[in-house]
Amino acid sequence: MKARVSVRLKPAILDPQGKAVLNSLQQLGYDEVTSVRIGKLIELELDSHDSGDMEQRLEELSRRLLTNPLMETFDIELEDDDRTGDH
Amino acid sequence: MTEPETIETTRWGVVIFPGSNCDKDALDAVGRICGQKATPVWHRDIDLEEFDGIILPGGFSYGDYLRAGAIARFAEVMESVIEFAGHGGLVIGICNGFQVLAETRLLPGALMRNKDLRFICREVNLRVERSDTPFTNMIETGRVIKLPIAHNEGSFYLPPKQLEELESNRQVLFRYCDPNGNITAESNPNGSLNNIAGIVNRQGNVLGMMPHPERRCDPLLGDPDGFDLFGSAIDYINRN
Amino acid sequence: MSSREKEPTHNPLRPGTLEEARAQTMNEEEFERVKEILGRVPNVTELAIFAVMWSEHCSYKNSILELKTLPRSGKRLLVDAGQENAGLVDIGDGLAVAFKIESHNHPSAVEPFQGAATGVGGILRDIFTMGARPLAVLDSLRFGNLDDAHTRFLFDGVVRGIGHYGNCFGVPTAAGEVNFDPAYSGNPLINAMAVGVLHVDRLMTAKASGVGNPVFYVGSRTGRDGIHGATFASEELSGDDDAKRPAVQVGDPFAEKLLLEATLELAETDAVVSIQDMGAAGLTCSSTEMIAAGGVGMDLDLDKIPLRQDGIVPWEILLSESQERMLLIARKGHEHKIRKVFDKWELQAVEVGRITEGGRFRVFQKGETVADVPAWDLVLGGGAPQYKREYRKPDALDALAAFDPLTLPEPDDCNRTLLTLLADPDIASKQWIYEQYDHSVRTNSALEPGFGDAAVIRVEGTDKGLAVKTDCNARYVRLNPRRGTILAVAEAARNVACVGAKPVAITNCLNFGHPYKPEVYYFFHEAVAGMGEACRAFDTPVTGGNVSFYNETLGQAVLATPVIGMLGIMDDVTRFNGSSFVESGDEVYLLGDANGHGLGGSSYLKVIHDKVAGEISTVDLDHENRLFDLLVKLAEKQLIRSAHDISDGGLAVCLAECCITDRRTMTGVSVDFPADGSIAAHLFGESPGRVVVSVKPELQTDFEREARECRVPFRWIGSTGGDNFRWKDYIDLPLGELADAYYNSIPDFMNRS
Repeated sequence: MKARVSVRLKPAILDPQGKAVLNSLQQLGYDEVTSVRIGKLIELELDSHDSGDMEQRLEELSRRLLTNPLMETFDIELEDDDRTGDH
Repeated sequence: MTEPETIETTRWGVVIFPGSNCDKDALDAVGRICGQKATPVWHRDIDLEEFDGIILPGGFSYGDYLRAGAIARFAEVMESVIEFAGHGGLVIGICNGFQVLAETRLLPGALMRNKDLRFICREVNLRVERSDTPFTNMIETGRVIKLPIAHNEGSFYLPPKQLEELESNRQVLFRYCDPNGNITAESNPNGSLNNIAGIVNRQGNVLGMMPHPERRCDPLLGDPDGFDLFGSAIDYINRN
Repeated sequence: MSSREKEPTHNPLRPGTLEEARAQTMNEEEFERVKEILGRVPNVTELAIFAVMWSEHCSYKNSILELKTLPRSGKRLLVDAGQENAGLVDIGDGLAVAFKIESHNHPSAVEPFQGAATGVGGILRDIFTMGARPLAVLDSLRFGNLDDAHTRFLFDGVVRGIGHYGNCFGVPTAAGEVNFDPAYSGNPLINAMAVGVLHVDRLMTAKASGVGNPVFYVGSRTGRDGIHGATFASEELSGDDDAKRPAVQVGDPFAEKLLLEATLELAETDAVVSIQDMGAAGLTCSSTEMIAAGGVGMDLDLDKIPLRQDGIVPWEILLSESQERMLLIARKGHEHKIRKVFDKWELQAVEVGRITEGGRFRVFQKGETVADVPAWDLVLGGGAPQYKREYRKPDALDALAAFDPLTLPEPDDCNRTLLTLLADPDIASKQWIYEQYDHSVRTNSALEPGFGDAAVIRVEGTDKGLAVKTDCNARYVRLNPRRGTILAVAEAARNVACVGAKPVAITNCLNFGHPYKPEVYYFFHEAVAGMGEACRAFDTPVTGGNVSFYNETLGQAVLATPVIGMLGIMDDVTRFNGSSFVESGDEVYLLGDANGHGLGGSSYLKVIHDKVAGEISTVDLDHENRLFDLLVKLAEKQLIRSAHDISDGGLAVCLAECCITDRRTMTGVSVDFPADGSIAAHLFGESPGRVVVSVKPELQTDFEREARECRVPFRWIGSTGGDNFRWKDYIDLPLGELADAYYNSIPDFMNRS
């Protein structure tokens, strides 16, 4: 099983990287872009198929290590990539 | 020969995480320059009993991968540092050490990417906001000291309400300023809120700062303003 | 599992073909020699080993015969050039300095951030695998013009990459140089130099010995990074390289920092026989060079190599340039000490082979012998080919030298000319660059970037100091390669002497175009000859270095750029001189020939008249030696307050810099030094051997006596003070205006998007 944790800055927090990218995009003529926020994507490979308990543990590890709750929020996306289905 | 009154040598532990790179500088500043007993502490050591003060030095603990200080926070030694601070021991976090203290929540706030998105290494002016702390009792309030900064993530952030609290509790110890002590936008190198460069906890025994006092202790390297900071802490320990 | 495997049916034992040899830049003659050496056709694995070891990058086949003419030994040198990973200079008290410069031009052209970062990583490993702690990194950079957006992208990425690696690793990036010229736009030059110090009795060698000793693989895992990086560096960049994009190596400075600490801990034990960085040509080059140097053989088991991805075939494992890896030969029975240190630093150390008798490099996989070759025949100094190349002086050189700069009109407004020169990116402040580098970590940086002509670094635990600088004015080399290279050595030595250190040895990084073009090779041949002449005269032997050929884009070579990295030493690190005026009321002197002219090849001609032409100055080597002696004595006796070498932009730029380079103490100057001929030559001429010093009035007589004793001509030219730079009726400018031109130029370029 795979999990994707998307980490982004809280909306109130200035994102200088996003601002720099927004500037460049507008200079390149992409005027329709009005805001850019940059975060990170963390992919985890998991050795478990018990998604109930796993979701809770993922929440916990995201709060404890992957993010700083003072400035960041996160989403977790679970993906069962085991296409052979041998469990 | 000095007076018969003996001045105790204070004992300092300098924590080394994998990736710390200013540990030698802190050991050298407190040991060779200030003449104290300074000992390296490996991140797996948990016994801090022999020390009067602990320094979390600068560097890139665990490569600063994920977030600066985020992984070092879980090092075994940090449990002991939290306990040490809880008993009133002096803890100084410099640069990456400040980032670790913030991640540990021993100090409020977060250190974010510099506003210009570039690493900055330069000497900056700092206004000392209080002289009634263990770290500044030899420096008068309002004095401008010069110390180098060298960081990528030094922009101090705290949500507005907590920031207000930090200010009203007088926890801000150093602010970036111009050579005359004015707090200006131009003198803020990294976008820190309220030009904050260093803070203490509410009890006043834990200090976190982005500038490097250990790089300004030996006169070879410039005006030794950092010496006064360590001198204050040594003096405080000797008096208590 | 993965569908991305390159050759699912790869057979490492299949005989190689001439076409495959050619694809790896080996010619037919070389292929025949391989067959002769082995007595059979090499299999594809063996062919890859020979091809990479005989590539320009590893074998120096087109340069070694020239390099042998350089002075490569001296009383301070503990090893001769080429014997170890880097040169080793005795500085007394059982200490020695290891230092070396290397290019990472081609990787940086395709991926500037990682290319530059891994360049720094590689040179640092060369230093610390000898047991030396790195004290400083320097970087010598060349780019196209900053008004080109792609150049700005490269420049920005390279500076970030150097900072990223050095800052995290924790070594001060202490000095360097950068120049901009359209000739470099498609092929920037990124040369990184590292300097370290070790206890002589703890030197770790790169020479394998002791049959039966275990071979350890240490550090990060092996992936497909930079495969054929070594052979790639030996081909010029072609127009469609953007699409071709070879695998780029990614640097991990955190892993390198751990490797450093572990290696230096091991140097304190008796467990290590020898150790070498896996740099160019990875496992192959490190193994075969170590065993060839020790006259032994090695059995290597590929099944034990820690891999990062599946499906990597033997030749890929052998050639991979994954970063932060080293090969270590342990003393048998002491393996536990090795493991203990690497466990502490959470690094991998895996036993992958044994030292054997007989000099064969044998590689095994799944019980099969996939390669069995004699190591000696692979390496430089052994059986690797050596070629004498043809050279021919380009016709254009005589015409360029015939140009007389004095036929140009005199400047109508010297103020404007000076401001234009100060804002030229070659001359302008490099603060934008060095503020992105941690230059004060390790608390040994006595003289930080921007404040002096060279960096001054304290040798930890002593009162001694090292002064280090890189230099090369490629315009001079373009006009006269022999003289231009003498000028490069002289300027590097003069810079080091200006801060108060005695120049003792050099390393060099020779960046040239295609060696098979006789007109390109002429520059190489002449540059090496000039370097030898200057180094013999200054008694600064060549401790080692690096040659980078094939710096061309679409058939056009870069400017020949033989970069000199100079090492100077001083007994008392506190007695150094900065380059800036310190205080009002000091007297200002010009040391050297007061009638120096030197407009040929000058910045003035290039920036103001868009011309690179004219006869460049000759260097009076005896005068330079006397000048170096004098400068060291003046520093030791503390008779001067500042010293600044006259180079790009001449005396006017030099004086302006003396006024403004320390922004905390900006000090004006009034100059009373009339021209008795061309004003342009007087103000902006660059003739060598000249230095501006400032002296406290009460020390004037002592200073003058010292200069007379050293037989160095001097002339009083003015006094410091005021808020302007004034010079007769030529120049009158407020310091603020000079500073704006000087400090804002590069940031203004880089703030464009």
